[in-house]
Amino acid sequence: MTNLQTVFEKARADQRAALVGYLPAGFPTKDGAVAAATAMVEAGCDVIEIGLPYSDPLMDGPTIQDAVHRALTNGTRIADVLRTVEGVARTGAAVLVMTYWNPVDRYGAERFARGLADAGGAGTITPDLTPEEAGPWRECSAAAGLDTVFLVAPSSTGERIKAVTDRCSGFVYAASLMGVTGARESVSVAAEGLVKRCREHTSLPVCVGLGVGTGAQAAEVAGYADGVIVGSAFIRRLLDAPDEAAGVAGVRELAAELSAGVRG
Amino acid sequence: MITAADLSGGDVHGDDPGTAGRFGVFGGRFVPEALIPALDEVAKVYAEAKTDPAFLSEFDHLLRTYAGRPTTITEVRRFGEAAGGARVLLKREDLTHTGAHKINNVLGQALLTRRLGKTRVIAETGAGQHGVATATACALLGLECVIYMGEVDCERQALNVARMKLLGARVVPVGNGSRTLKDAINEAFRDWVTNVDSTHYLFGTVAGPHPFPEIVRDFARIIGVEARRQVLELTGRLPDAVAAAVGGGSNAIGIFHAFIGDQDVALHGYEAAGHGVASGEHACTLTEGSVGVLHGSRTYVLQDEEGQTIESHSISAGLDYPGVGPEHAWLKDSGRATYHGITDDEAMEAFSVLARTEGIIPAIESAHALAGTLKLGRELGPEATILVNLSGRGDKDMGTAMKYFNL
Repeated sequence: MTNLQTVFEKARADQRAALVGYLPAGFPTKDGAVAAATAMVEAGCDVIEIGLPYSDPLMDGPTIQDAVHRALTNGTRIADVLRTVEGVARTGAAVLVMTYWNPVDRYGAERFARGLADAGGAGTITPDLTPEEAGPWRECSAAAGLDTVFLVAPSSTGERIKAVTDRCSGFVYAASLMGVTGARESVSVAAEGLVKRCREHTSLPVCVGLGVGTGAQAAEVAGYADGVIVGSAFIRRLLDAPDEAAGVAGVRELAAELSAGVRG
Repeated sequence: MITAADLSGGDVHGDDPGTAGRFGVFGGRFVPEALIPALDEVAKVYAEAKTDPAFLSEFDHLLRTYAGRPTTITEVRRFGEAAGGARVLLKREDLTHTGAHKINNVLGQALLTRRLGKTRVIAETGAGQHGVATATACALLGLECVIYMGEVDCERQALNVARMKLLGARVVPVGNGSRTLKDAINEAFRDWVTNVDSTHYLFGTVAGPHPFPEIVRDFARIIGVEARRQVLELTGRLPDAVAAAVGGGSNAIGIFHAFIGDQDVALHGYEAAGHGVASGEHACTLTEGSVGVLHGSRTYVLQDEEGQTIESHSISAGLDYPGVGPEHAWLKDSGRATYHGITDDEAMEAFSVLARTEGIIPAIESAHALAGTLKLGRELGPEATILVNLSGRGDKDMGTAMKYFNL
């Protein structure tokens, strides 16, 4: 298993930002998700976030909602998510699970942490788990050797940024804008300021997500952040492709473009 | 004149949710970090407002001169005969402006919106009653209004969609997920996180992240405060039981809360059992669900063993919700309130009984509480007095009733 610390040390040594790609497990199919994520790693992604499909994704825009709906319709379960992590971890990338809190809560926090560690996962991103509620999950994660990534947003006060970053390990996820997931025409001007504010409180790497989808945008974000997070743009390639093979090829092409971007 | 005490009622049985918004192990905040500052701001502004005489006076004025408070209680003798001869008293929230208890919370939060300096309001709605009430208050106070409503609900409550549009609101049909209330809430949260600078999310029930369960309860609390006084005046004693329908739980908390400290008053909540719990098509969150997190708070949820929300079913759009307010979860676990399921058929029977015995057509939501009362009265006998929250009127349900009864 590759951990996040190794990824960011390597990226820093190369004087570039890390590239983080997101895909939900089970999308476009259970095997297709592993194939697509593998292509993303081969074309330059350093970290893969595997989304755990959830019935009520209230932070996600229409593209990810659509993909998650398909994954659930495919019958994707937590065992499939863990198998996907295992498959993608074989590529040598660091693999995280991005999940809303309820599925983990219901499955059992300790059981999920052990399962994820056994599958070779490096940690989790939990967008609706606030610092006030995160105590038990941080304990389970620490016991299993997993990192816990939480989010800050442009609306976060200094006090909130401190509370969140104090509880993060691996990196800090800076949401570039006020809104749901989805590619945008341009990267929000709020992102750079937010990264700067994070650095006042933490020495952890800070990665920027939400609304990044092109090589040029990745290059722009790489100018001030330690990592660039892309989700919906990958999913869009898979949704728009005539078949799975073409979708995987599209994902590979986008990963290569983004990878060139983070390398300046 | 409404007072600060009417809003919060002190710390009855440790139910002041505090700054973390907890009712026992329930409640809290499970939302994207981006929304935390907005929730903090709402909590802060509300805390100031609830003890500000100017705010209380304005709220009181609107409740009296616009919503039509205090609402009366009506003793229903012929209905009581059907309920084993029990003395049944209805708290007539159906007589408020817009026809349901929702107006109480909406007027309070609309005033808060102005105090927050926001100009745009969004809300979710199931049966359309909260949407209509919100559109009404926004028209009154000159606020922009957007209502999210599941496509299924838009169809079965078409009349309310027309009312909202007439009141100047934009109604956005939600076509994802189960296309009902739960998905309307998801979509409203997505709007809020995008437009939070200008927008207040006028949450319609006692669920959601802190401080919504507390604020909505406090603004609905007037129902029980009035009813407790009215029952004492009429009968010289407290009722033996209080009955209310429970979807998200706002009308039930509204009438229960003033009685929580009265240990001799039993509190009964009636959930929608739809086609019967055995069918799997129901909305019995408290009686059949398990503890989880939905829409920002820890509470009982209809979910599978991996935490995926199970779609609920009820003939009544207002009860068709797979979650419930965290304070109800706490009242259930502490044993202070008891919750039961009422099937679609039982509710429609009670709907018809009240219409024929008393000349009052209830909302189908409220008919669940009436069906519960028919059973409860037979258990308790003719000596018992039961106070029922008639939370809304049935005009909006005539389409459903026409189909159901083949009228």
